[in-house]
Amino acid sequence: MVEKIRVRATLNGEPVDFLVAPYVSLLDTLRDELGLTGTKEGCNDGNCGACTVNLDGRIVDSCCVLGAEIDGSAVETIEGMAEPGKLHPLQQAFLEEAALQCGICTPGFLISAKALLDKEPHPSEDRIRFWLAGNLCRCTGYDKIVKAVQKAAESA
Amino acid sequence: MTTETTKGKYNVIGTRPIRHDGYDKVTGRAIYGADIKLPALLQGAVLRSPHAHARIKSIDTSAAKALPGVSAVITSADFPGAHDTLIDLGEGAINFRYASNNVMAGDKVLYKGHPVAAVAALDKNTALEAAALIKVDYEVLKPVSTVMEALKPGAPIVLEDLEGQDLGEKIDGQTNQANHIRHEFGDVEKGFAEADIVIEHEFDTAMVHQGYIEPHNATATWDEEGRVTIWTSTQGSFPTRRQTAGILRLPDSSVKVIPLEIGGGFGGKIPSYLEPVAAILSRETGRPVKLLMERTSVFESTGPTPGTWMSAKVGVKNDGTITAATADLRFDAGAYPGSPVGAGMMCVFSCYDIPNTRIDGYDVVVNKPKTAAYRAPGATQAAYAMETVVDEICQKLGMDPLEFRIKNAAKEGTRRADGPIHPIIGAVETHEAAKASDHWNTPLEKNGSDGKLRGRGVASGYWFNIGLKSAVTISVNEDGTVALTEGSTDIGGSRASIAMMAAEVLGIPAEEVRPHVADSEGIGYTDVTGGSRTTYATGYAAHDAAQDVVVQLRERAAKLWDVEVDEIEFANGSYQSKSDPELRLSHKELASKLGSTGGPVIGSASVDPEGAGGAYSTQICDIEIDPETGKTDVIRYTIVQDVGTAIHPSYVEGQMQGAVAQCIGWALNEEYFLNDDGAMVNSSFLDYRMPTSLDLPEIETIIVEVPNPGHPFGVRGVGEVPIVPGVATVANAIHDALGIRLRTTPMNAGSILAALKAKK
Amino acid sequence: MHPFEYVRAKSVDEAIAVLAKHGERARPLAGGTDALVMARAGRWELDALVDIKHIPETNVLELGSSEFRLGSAVACYRVYEDEQVAAKFPGLVDSASIIGGIQIQSRAGLGGNLCNASPSGDGIGSLIVHTATCVIAGPNGTREVPAEDFCTGPGRSVLKDGEFLVEMKMPMPQKGFGAAYERFTPRNEMDIAVAGVASSVQLDGDTIVSARVALAAVGPTPILSSAGDFLAGKEATAENISAAAQAASGDASPISDMRGTAEQRIHLVGVLTRRTLERAVERARESN
Repeated sequence: MVEKIRVRATLNGEPVDFLVAPYVSLLDTLRDELGLTGTKEGCNDGNCGACTVNLDGRIVDSCCVLGAEIDGSAVETIEGMAEPGKLHPLQQAFLEEAALQCGICTPGFLISAKALLDKEPHPSEDRIRFWLAGNLCRCTGYDKIVKAVQKAAESA
Repeated sequence: MTTETTKGKYNVIGTRPIRHDGYDKVTGRAIYGADIKLPALLQGAVLRSPHAHARIKSIDTSAAKALPGVSAVITSADFPGAHDTLIDLGEGAINFRYASNNVMAGDKVLYKGHPVAAVAALDKNTALEAAALIKVDYEVLKPVSTVMEALKPGAPIVLEDLEGQDLGEKIDGQTNQANHIRHEFGDVEKGFAEADIVIEHEFDTAMVHQGYIEPHNATATWDEEGRVTIWTSTQGSFPTRRQTAGILRLPDSSVKVIPLEIGGGFGGKIPSYLEPVAAILSRETGRPVKLLMERTSVFESTGPTPGTWMSAKVGVKNDGTITAATADLRFDAGAYPGSPVGAGMMCVFSCYDIPNTRIDGYDVVVNKPKTAAYRAPGATQAAYAMETVVDEICQKLGMDPLEFRIKNAAKEGTRRADGPIHPIIGAVETHEAAKASDHWNTPLEKNGSDGKLRGRGVASGYWFNIGLKSAVTISVNEDGTVALTEGSTDIGGSRASIAMMAAEVLGIPAEEVRPHVADSEGIGYTDVTGGSRTTYATGYAAHDAAQDVVVQLRERAAKLWDVEVDEIEFANGSYQSKSDPELRLSHKELASKLGSTGGPVIGSASVDPEGAGGAYSTQICDIEIDPETGKTDVIRYTIVQDVGTAIHPSYVEGQMQGAVAQCIGWALNEEYFLNDDGAMVNSSFLDYRMPTSLDLPEIETIIVEVPNPGHPFGVRGVGEVPIVPGVATVANAIHDALGIRLRTTPMNAGSILAALKAKK
Repeated sequence: MHPFEYVRAKSVDEAIAVLAKHGERARPLAGGTDALVMARAGRWELDALVDIKHIPETNVLELGSSEFRLGSAVACYRVYEDEQVAAKFPGLVDSASIIGGIQIQSRAGLGGNLCNASPSGDGIGSLIVHTATCVIAGPNGTREVPAEDFCTGPGRSVLKDGEFLVEMKMPMPQKGFGAAYERFTPRNEMDIAVAGVASSVQLDGDTIVSARVALAAVGPTPILSSAGDFLAGKEATAENISAAAQAASGDASPISDMRGTAEQRIHLVGVLTRRTLERAVERARESN
């Protein structure tokens, strides 16, 4: 029986200090250990982006990171995106543009799109499509997602 | 293009409010099936067959049971053995005995991924480790993977007890042919004799998966009273209840299903896979048990849509009149009977008015996962055959393909080839709108950059839509808002459209209706979210429940003013006396007086409407092919669709766009790739290759509204027909670009290269 | 999944010690985008994963006067976001920017791509055509292996128990050098090569002084094709490039599988060799 590892990190701006088994993914750590189920599992092998979180300023598939690896790091998840009582412009745009249907991929898309707009405030449509290629959606055909990102970029 | 469609006829319908459940879904608060947490929860894992076809000689669970942290290990021996009863799930029927065998194999495994045992343990990893310790001794059998192989004499037999049928006669001896049915009308021989041109071709399509992003999941408790509670992501709480109860041999009323948010389904989350297994594990452990499916198993073990062999033959006169058509549709059902071949037969010729038709359909079992509904199940395959033959006919005739379709279009009163007479339908209007579209009227430059070749395709499709049962209750709050309770699980925004219909009746804003999806004990029986029925039938129930509220509010106003109920009229959201214009209260004002006029008002309705009305879609696609690599890029796509009435146009467009994305994937890349042992080898998102955002263009939508007389607001189902013509549309575009007809899906780069080489 | 320990190594020696202790039941962890998937799928049964991302040597990204040092844990994004590296090594950028999507590129690197030793690895060909040397540390000290000799079979490499890849060294491109990588995939991103080709040329005027062509997904390991030697000393003409493409096709020994047929792959190698050589020549000319 392998022992759990102590991890101290920053999660959505707040310090966290927890124990996690060394083989448990960051995805399962967030969902099962830290109670943040907004990050979703779609494939568990890095091919759908439903589990996208921001790790030290870059988006990653949290299924391909160990919980133990985030010691000393800062993680941002969908739960940290809105300010109290106020959605992030991307969240608002996703609602207004009907950029979600079932919603399972939505947290991943929002985290990915936020990283893009933080880096490039006015991306082209091609650039948005390229950046979001790591996030699969099966409901929307991506059309309204791309338009929502464009709308959020314009409103910023 | 977005079209404001309802032309000022309504106050709420046709507008684009923010969906009620949207806030939870953009913030991560929404609770999906996998997110549920319960006290003392155990985690489960399922051991699945590595073989496509094998006899189970023995299962040794001792090592798994001995692993610390393991609470229970079960096999089919722990299941009660379900009755041989056929039940209808709305989009396809199941036999309980086969359904039970599908969730846990008996003496044989019938496909790679077929469950053979399951484990409950303290944590997920222990459960997985224990499952790996179960020793199964298999006698590997030869598998059969395709319809045509399965129909050959001497083919390996998938189900030894299957009683095959052929045109109503029982087949003697063992067979893989579950059924062969036929619809025949007129005199096809005479019809073909009258034709100047007859085109006939054969087609093969690969099995494809719905590809929803959320894997299946189920959490169950089996309590001391013998009652089972299920938390799951499902397209129907009641159908899940019925399947689970049937497999567990419990009365339906002993099973309660609590639907959580669902991460996509497209028909694939109608069947139950994990629910009965989780329930048995809970029975054995006395604790709640959660099962989450891995992505690999979603592909290998849950219902895709059939691979097929098809032929289609169409005869036309030189003036473009269709004189006769025949089709032979042979669908693989997967390991148990019940492919959607019947639905394919209902759709194959239904865009057209054809005097002489014959349609044969075969339902054939093979060693692949049991198929499930996938968005207009069976119709997409059938349209691939019919619409590519029609394209070839138009080419031979030198006739505009939209003109041809308008000339031969089915109309009100046309007899569908399988019997029913079309009510008011929008086939002509859909084709006319396609003809008037910017896309159709913008010539395509045939030569792309770097030697790429371009082509344009067009095709049409039909889906019949269904009604079935829905229940809705509406409770009026004292502040005038209403709480709407429905039983249709919301797979893509249906809460909003249903709430909007109630709001329209009550004369209040959409935001003042709070929709809620209840569990199977919180609302009357409601069928699946499928068959394009939810906005139609549950919306119908919402309309009727709201009308019920209006009736009761009129009674309250009458009581308040001490006049006869007939004196009260409801107009423009206000209740007023016909004789005294001073006596007038808005809905909100009247709601505030409910406490003093008899207490809360609750409206309710339970409906089973029959007038679903069919729907049509016509699609135009421009592609660009790199002849050196065979790679196809879709560069422009327009979908035109008759939606009856667009309740929330954004979500109608979303259904249209999402379906187009699916059929582009289906046409170009998606397939179940089996190895020589009949096992699927590309069961990952990496190798299954669904389109990403970079693989698709903007998808232009044109909404056509030919209101359905069978619905109070004219709604037609919109979710399924948009996928129907897509594969054919892409095929016709490929032909336009290369002069090559591909009659096998996927029409991938490899097959395009091979066809180009063969053409040289 | 077999439960494994996680060890965050701070030095080369610490990593070697843990790897040596567990033998084949331990693996280095860099980006994790392959390693965690392999462990989860049961393809590897591990007792320990050794995180090498916190070792200074594996993080080096250094353009020297004659040599470029690329640490084995450097993620793809650091390659293409570094303007100097991107300017000098566009072929590496071609590879680094198509390995997975943006999420994967935040973690995965060219070193891990090489160590995974997949025949279809998108980064390996570029390392080969840049004449990369792999610096391997192990219990018996450090050794160097040319990139083209690193992979020994699907998922297999020259790494012995206790060894791991520390960094890759490449000569700094000189005037007249150009390289490119292109793969064929059915999807535009998030896909795995049906076939891939990396090419580099060193030009002197219109003459190709030397060239390298490496093929992906058309054999059990990435293949250093004879096309490079064929071009040495020849003019950079369409005819010669076409002949080189034919030679590359002849070097391919692919299988047919779910990603494509052998015939398709041989054909694609010809197309991609021509395209990457043309781009490499173009880039070589631009470097003047």
